[in-house]
Amino acid sequence: MIEDQLGRCVASWYPGATGVTGAAKLSGGASQETWTFDIVHPAGNVGAILRRAPPGHSASPGRAAGLDAEAVLMQLAHDAGLPSPRVMHVLKPEDELGRGFIMQRIEGETIARKILRDEQFAKARPILARQLGKVVAGIHDLPAAKLPKLREMSATKELADLEREYRSFGRPRPVFELALRWLRERDPGPSKEVTLVHGDFRHGNLIIGPDGVRAVLDWELAHFGDPMEDLGWICVNSWRFGEIDKPVGGFGSREELFAGYEEAGRKADPDRVMFWEVMGTLRWGIMCCGMMQRFRSGPDHSMERAMIGRRSSETEIDLLRLLAPRGK
Amino acid sequence: MQDEPTPIELIKAVADFLRNEITPAIKGHNAFKLRVGINALDLVTRQLALEQSNDAAESARLKQLLGADGPLLELNRALSEKIAKGEVDLQTPGLSEHLWQTTMDKLAVDQPNYGSYKRELGNK
Repeated sequence: MIEDQLGRCVASWYPGATGVTGAAKLSGGASQETWTFDIVHPAGNVGAILRRAPPGHSASPGRAAGLDAEAVLMQLAHDAGLPSPRVMHVLKPEDELGRGFIMQRIEGETIARKILRDEQFAKARPILARQLGKVVAGIHDLPAAKLPKLREMSATKELADLEREYRSFGRPRPVFELALRWLRERDPGPSKEVTLVHGDFRHGNLIIGPDGVRAVLDWELAHFGDPMEDLGWICVNSWRFGEIDKPVGGFGSREELFAGYEEAGRKADPDRVMFWEVMGTLRWGIMCCGMMQRFRSGPDHSMERAMIGRRSSETEIDLLRLLAPRGK
Repeated sequence: MQDEPTPIELIKAVADFLRNEITPAIKGHNAFKLRVGINALDLVTRQLALEQSNDAAESARLKQLLGADGPLLELNRALSEKIAKGEVDLQTPGLSEHLWQTTMDKLAVDQPNYGSYKRELGNK
């Protein structure tokens, strides 16, 4: 039972802990799981999160940065004063829990529809874009010397990866072709500045409270690259959840995002951000097609995955709105 | 010739039963999955109603654009290749209109509640 294993693990590094309670799996595919639990302590229980690859699974499949790197990045972000959970423990072989780490649990909301609609976030929404601009600037400024080994990406490489994946599906999509061509013609080349890029900075990976952003999660796609990529990705229409006139996550403007970014001493490049927004829109469209492939070929034959395949057309209309807007 | 009811009528009856009778009785993650399932049935109903005329119109536009005939998949392959090679682009008469119409018709089946689609419907 995972509570027994966790209890033994926690006792080895948390003085006074007598066990754990309330362990529940929050999400998980075959290779990676997230669990919530409480550390039982005479001074009061402490909320914690386990993120792990179960025993026998690789800790860094495919493009992933790897759980060890994720732990280092979260701790660095925490140490730099960014909203990030404190890493409490990196799993050791003798813990017999696989690879991964245990971090502090931060209360708040990650579900976009609630953040965009619920009354309790009414005061947070108008300040979020600027806050996130500051936070992402802090991520891009994390001290390079302390960062773990990560893949390095460029616009050219990302475009080649996307094109290869799209072609592997063998199904023609004229709108994606148009976007690929548009991106190739405008490829800005190597970025003047290469920084840490979070890689998935958007709803779902941000814990929001009534007071604003509380934590940045899920560093799985972190890499080195053009910092403008993170600013473009959070503007992709797929993360606006119906609030299409508020480009940043459905709650704010690009200007607010850039203002926060610049307040933190960094400079946004709106043209480059727009380039990455188009790239991000295409990327999500191709990811939707990839889910359809995984549904069809079997590893996850669920109707949720099948239905995500029918969301790729959403990115086609968004690409047309960006590349071929109709007269208004 | 198959007998009635039609596939659309059958699927609608099942979706309505799940929506009205089963949804109130289901909680938790299965309630989410049930909603996805009902959405899938609704999508299939829309596709059965719209696909034939959408495909015919798309095919006619593609024949005009390409000056060639063939199955819809092959016409789309040919157009994709021309776009990739830069032989046609947004300046080509009819291309933008074709891509817009095709995409709007897809959204009418896939996600008629999607924000961008609703905006563009009122924006013709």
